[in-house]
Amino acid sequence: MGLRLERRVDRPRWLTVAVPLASVAVALFVGGVVIALSGNDAVDTYARILERGFTSRGAFTATLTAATPLLFTGLAAAAAFRMGVFNIGGEGQLIVGAIGASGAAIALGDSASGPVLIVAMVVAGAAAGAAWAGIAAVLRAYLGTNEIITTLMLNYLAINLATYLVFGSTSAWRELTGTGLMFPQGKKIPDAARWPGIDFGNFTVGLGFFLGTAIAIGLFVLFRATRYGFSVRVIGDEPRAARYAGMRTRRTILSLLALSGAVAGIGGASDVGGTRYLLDPKALGQAGYGYAGIVVAALARLNPLAVVGVSILMGGLANAGRALQGPDFPAGLVGTLQGLLLVCTLAGELFARYRVRRTAPTPATPGAAA
Amino acid sequence: MIALATVLAQAGDGASSALPVASNGSGVNSNLLIVIFASAIFYGTPLLLAALGEMLTERSGVLNLGLEGTMLMGAVAGCWASIHGTGPGWLVVIEALLAAMVVGGLTAALHAVLVLTFRVEQIVSGLAITILAGAAGLSSYLANSLELSKGPVPHRLEAIDVGGLSDLPVAGPLLFDHNALTYASWVLVGALWWYLFRSRRGLHLRAVGESPATADAMGISVARTRYAHTIAGGALAGLGGAFYPLAIIPLWSDGITGGRGWIALALVIFGFWRPELILVGAYLFGAFSSLGLTLQARNVEVSAQLLDSLPYLMTIVVLVFVSSGWARRRLGAPAALGTSYEREER
Repeated sequence: MGLRLERRVDRPRWLTVAVPLASVAVALFVGGVVIALSGNDAVDTYARILERGFTSRGAFTATLTAATPLLFTGLAAAAAFRMGVFNIGGEGQLIVGAIGASGAAIALGDSASGPVLIVAMVVAGAAAGAAWAGIAAVLRAYLGTNEIITTLMLNYLAINLATYLVFGSTSAWRELTGTGLMFPQGKKIPDAARWPGIDFGNFTVGLGFFLGTAIAIGLFVLFRATRYGFSVRVIGDEPRAARYAGMRTRRTILSLLALSGAVAGIGGASDVGGTRYLLDPKALGQAGYGYAGIVVAALARLNPLAVVGVSILMGGLANAGRALQGPDFPAGLVGTLQGLLLVCTLAGELFARYRVRRTAPTPATPGAAA
Repeated sequence: MIALATVLAQAGDGASSALPVASNGSGVNSNLLIVIFASAIFYGTPLLLAALGEMLTERSGVLNLGLEGTMLMGAVAGCWASIHGTGPGWLVVIEALLAAMVVGGLTAALHAVLVLTFRVEQIVSGLAITILAGAAGLSSYLANSLELSKGPVPHRLEAIDVGGLSDLPVAGPLLFDHNALTYASWVLVGALWWYLFRSRRGLHLRAVGESPATADAMGISVARTRYAHTIAGGALAGLGGAFYPLAIIPLWSDGITGGRGWIALALVIFGFWRPELILVGAYLFGAFSSLGLTLQARNVEVSAQLLDSLPYLMTIVVLVFVSSGWARRRLGAPAALGTSYEREER
């Protein structure tokens, strides 16, 4: 007796809810086993993640702050993946965005007013991110170079560039007075360039999160209701059909990757303006926003609106991880849980797409992939 | 990255065999070349092992983008086994290498299950593996839980002087002053070449990678071939990963492989899916990886970040080169690479 997979013609509505929930449950169970194997109490660990990520005092504000960069990198990944262009470079595009935004704020200095500074930071961050992604886009569109590897290599180059600006040179990004003479560190942006937040009583929402949500809505409309979004979807699903229909594949790859990079770059601007107020290569290098953004995009099934919700969940996990880090909550646990969620969700998709059937005892499909 | 470079520069035993102290006077230039070539082989070995593994996987039609994560898992396993292994030092090193192969194979097996059984898209699954196992994920979690960074790795791969040949001029330091894994990798290149192009199983493997439907009709099990070669490729990647704690950087740090898994992926394309060309590419990139240290050791003033960027920059340049012009037709790429195979229903 064997098992056979039968493609579902239509997908029952209850499955689209039940399958992801079951996947998350399996991921949490496997994660619990991993936690237990390393000698810690799984239930207690999950309870503490929930508490420090969401329910305790001030936790939600910190969670939204942690969610903001993931929102941007998640949107960047979702937009590019939508067309089957695998932009793994959200990490690097966010970093050069931070370089561009902090550079713009430092260059304008105290002379400019707050709104001017913030707009300049957003524009500079977006431009830098788009340019960085543009390198991979041009290579992919004109020379057919694999964008997965180039965007990834550009991540390492971006972090090296940021490190050079702050630690390896006397650039405008480096603090050259006071303690900066002793310990290399980034130069602070003017106070007026700090991004404001709106206080909702129990929690505060930063400007960056609002901006990200607005971009998410914009991308949703772009993909759902415009001709451009339609061609992106067709090129992604059936490149040959797109070509026969006269769609400009090359131009769309260029523009979409640039758009994706710009969104990640604004994430870098938001990181400088809303969280750190300087270019901090070490923190950016360790944060791994780009890779977490891919998890966010995949869990949201590339839907920009869903990215907002998923980024809050992942932000809560990241925030709790930061708050709890210690001997009984080792570094890497958050990333492991994120990875497990991703793996289980991907595997669970099988049950939404196929019906698993038992086959008759006669070996109708010997050695079939099952 | 900087921390890594400093650790590398300070790392005693592992690197010193490849980086002899600068000698005096007139012989410096020729010596420098020898040092560069010898360290190219040293730093190229993990790239070679991982890229050979990925080549084997891709020849069956499976693209494993989880290479970086697989290498890191192998590195964790090797590091752990070197600390906790029993027996004399040489035996512990063998145990560490075996552990790395087993864990690397298991990591790749997860990819195989996802793409072959659960029919997840290969690119997405590979990325998921690297995110799960990568520098911020399971490899870091395990290393921290097992307290691998408490002290230096006790038992390492040491250079083996084959019959005193390392004293030979030029050829000695170049070819006969390496550790066992480097020698093994040379044997592996030959063995894989023979396996791919001269053996029946290799022919079957290539058939599965080129045209799974034809292979299936011939009676070759596509799923079994793909499973076996994905897992074998992961075992080699794990071995390559273990080279870092066991030979290059004798103290654990998260993300110890520093993105070399991705460079190895590019090397497979660069080497047109052929073992002997992958060897050339791996040593080329080994040279880029070690150039900074070699120059630093000789007090040449170059920006550390620029030198650190060289391998990544060169990967892009090389990739552009091989993906354009005459190579555009992707000479050697298995035709069914990255695609899933489902036997058609009656």
